Amino acid sequence: MKARVLVRLKPGILDVQGASVQRALQGLGFGEVQELRVGKVLDLELEGVSGDSARHRVEEMCARLLTNPVIEDYTVEMLG
Amino acid sequence: MNFGVVVFPGTWSDCDFHYVIGEVLHQPVRYVWHRDSQLADFDCLILPGGFSYGDYLRAGAVAGRSPVVEALPEFVAKGGMVLGSCNGFQILCESKLLPGALMRNECLQYRCQSTFLRVENAETPFTRAMRPGQVLKMPISHGEGKFYADAETLRRLRDQKQIVFRYSSEDGRAVKDANPNGSLDNIAGLINEEGTVLGLMPHPERASENAMGGTDGLLIFHSLLGSLVEDGSFLKR
Repeated sequence: MKARVLVRLKPGILDVQGASVQRALQGLGFGEVQELRVGKVLDLELEGVSGDSARHRVEEMCARLLTNPVIEDYTVEMLG
Repeated sequence: MNFGVVVFPGTWSDCDFHYVIGEVLHQPVRYVWHRDSQLADFDCLILPGGFSYGDYLRAGAVAGRSPVVEALPEFVAKGGMVLGSCNGFQILCESKLLPGALMRNECLQYRCQSTFLRVENAETPFTRAMRPGQVLKMPISHGEGKFYADAETLRRLRDQKQIVFRYSSEDGRAVKDANPNGSLDNIAGLINEEGTVLGLMPHPERASENAMGGTDGLLIFHSLLGSLVEDGSFLKR
């Protein structure tokens, strides 16, 4: 079974990397981009777990290592 | 006083700390591998700078869950002291031994330069040999040293005098121009509530001999040695 974790900086936290990429896009003529924030995708392949318990395991991974709750939010998608 | 210098894959300041403690301060010191969790022989553990585990995922994230770091809460509870510099500070925040987080420098540049630090709290075991307001000169070398904490945490850090060092001008003003990385409130170093775990982005081990441009980094060790060797009876200047 597969899971996908999307990690984003929390709203309100300055994303200097995103701001830099946004400026680069503006330089390329994409002036319509008003804000850009960079996040992370973590794709996991799981074995021997399924359903709610698999999701709980991934949530636990997020809490213990994959994300830093001080600065990041995340969502977990179970991809079957 | 027995020092241990923790080595992770990718640590780079371990030899410098080992040299300063052993050859400059003549204290017993040995390396501690990151898988080691037998820490009872030590009085003080150093988490040096570098790029532990390549700084993959986030700076200090993987090291922050290693066996040696998982053993630190018990080590500290039994009276041990922990000093984390640069990547060591990032590891301490990642492992929640210190609050907040260290993020990419606001300027986006890796900054390797000399900085001035104002001593905000000279009542800790790591700063007893300093004067409040004293300005120290120490180098930094990092790409992710911008301290961040939410407003409530920052208030608590201020109220409990946990902010130990702030980036300042040479004459001790904590102004924006003196802040090399966009750190919240010019924070360069923090201590935990109990005063047993200090994290700072600057490198005291690179400011410990005149040949290196200054010896202000030694004041941290002099503070520690005084406070521990004399069991709290360290005499302030």
